[in-house]
Amino acid sequence: MSKFGLITKGLLKENPTFVLVLGMCPTLATTTSAMNGLEMGLATMFVLILSNIVISLISPVVPDKVHIPVYIVVIATFVTVLQLLMQAFVPEVYETLGLFIPLIVVNCIVLGRAEAFASKNSVGDSTLDGIGIGIGFTLSLTVIGIVREILGSGSVFGWKFIAGDGILAFVMAPGAFLVLGYLMVLFNKLAKR
Amino acid sequence: MAAKSNLKNMALSLTLVCLVCSAVLGSVYAVTSGPIREAEQAKTTASIARVLPAFEGQPTLESVCVDGVDYNYYRAPGAGYAVISTVVGFGGPLTLMVGIGEDGVVYNTVVLSHSETPGLGAKCTTEQGFIDQFKGWDPAARQLAVRKDGGEVDAITASTITSRAYAKAVAQSCAVYKHLSENE
Repeated sequence: MSKFGLITKGLLKENPTFVLVLGMCPTLATTTSAMNGLEMGLATMFVLILSNIVISLISPVVPDKVHIPVYIVVIATFVTVLQLLMQAFVPEVYETLGLFIPLIVVNCIVLGRAEAFASKNSVGDSTLDGIGIGIGFTLSLTVIGIVREILGSGSVFGWKFIAGDGILAFVMAPGAFLVLGYLMVLFNKLAKR
Repeated sequence: MAAKSNLKNMALSLTLVCLVCSAVLGSVYAVTSGPIREAEQAKTTASIARVLPAFEGQPTLESVCVDGVDYNYYRAPGAGYAVISTVVGFGGPLTLMVGIGEDGVVYNTVVLSHSETPGLGAKCTTEQGFIDQFKGWDPAARQLAVRKDGGEVDAITASTITSRAYAKAVAQSCAVYKHLSENE
């Protein structure tokens, strides 16, 4: 696969949210607004890229039977690093995402890419894979966030275009499932062409 | 190819990975612990500045036990008290800082942390009409409870439980103030 293909496949063919349907917990829970979705996507991308790099470096020397625990330790380390950095330098963002940052550890996308890609490929390819899948995840979350924010709060990225409330259900969990479902249909229909 | 999965290799690789990861975490923690403390400090200072009129000097953190519950509060010389009060909201604990002037009247309130429903209860942090009604509230003259409960607080639409909790937190803070002013 070409280097360019490694990045773009995360956007379309292997889009983590709409095609692989991985990492649904943060997807549904944090996309209450466009900004929250974007921030969560970027946070996951940070962990994804770094863990892909380190795992592709160490996988040749890690015995098969312990690779999952080793990967989890590596991923958990990066998540904790991210958590500390966010607390120190962007406390407001940390407050909104709060609980979902530590949950990146068990995000299937991160471990999934480590298992399926980084452990079998070179450092360079794994980095590109992390960037591609990370961008795909970030864009998907942002799009879900935009749709939910427009319908639920009548605003986009905090900029309000109607006075008063939107359809509140879209800010809550049922709306998350609805929006995700319809976007998935739309995405797969368009991607098939 | 991966190293053989015998006991020695497995124990060795896990130990090494854990050692390296601990070292990384330790150093990141050492670098960030300062800024984290500063960020928390800045947040507290900003909250106190919002809930109390301007004052000179440093507020001091003290604590008091009222009706079997411990409260932390900041004493600001010449301005009053900023009482931190936690109640149970709709989605979990709701923590407020309530500034009470030396006349016993609420100056302003601010939410320190909450887990209310976005778009509904979470409006208690943004809805100015709701937040501003507590400004200048004299707990001796007007009852701090939502109208449904016979008080005078206008609740946020569709968020009575959050509004009730908010009013309760303010009322608790006023009780703390009363306790403090009576015991000095």
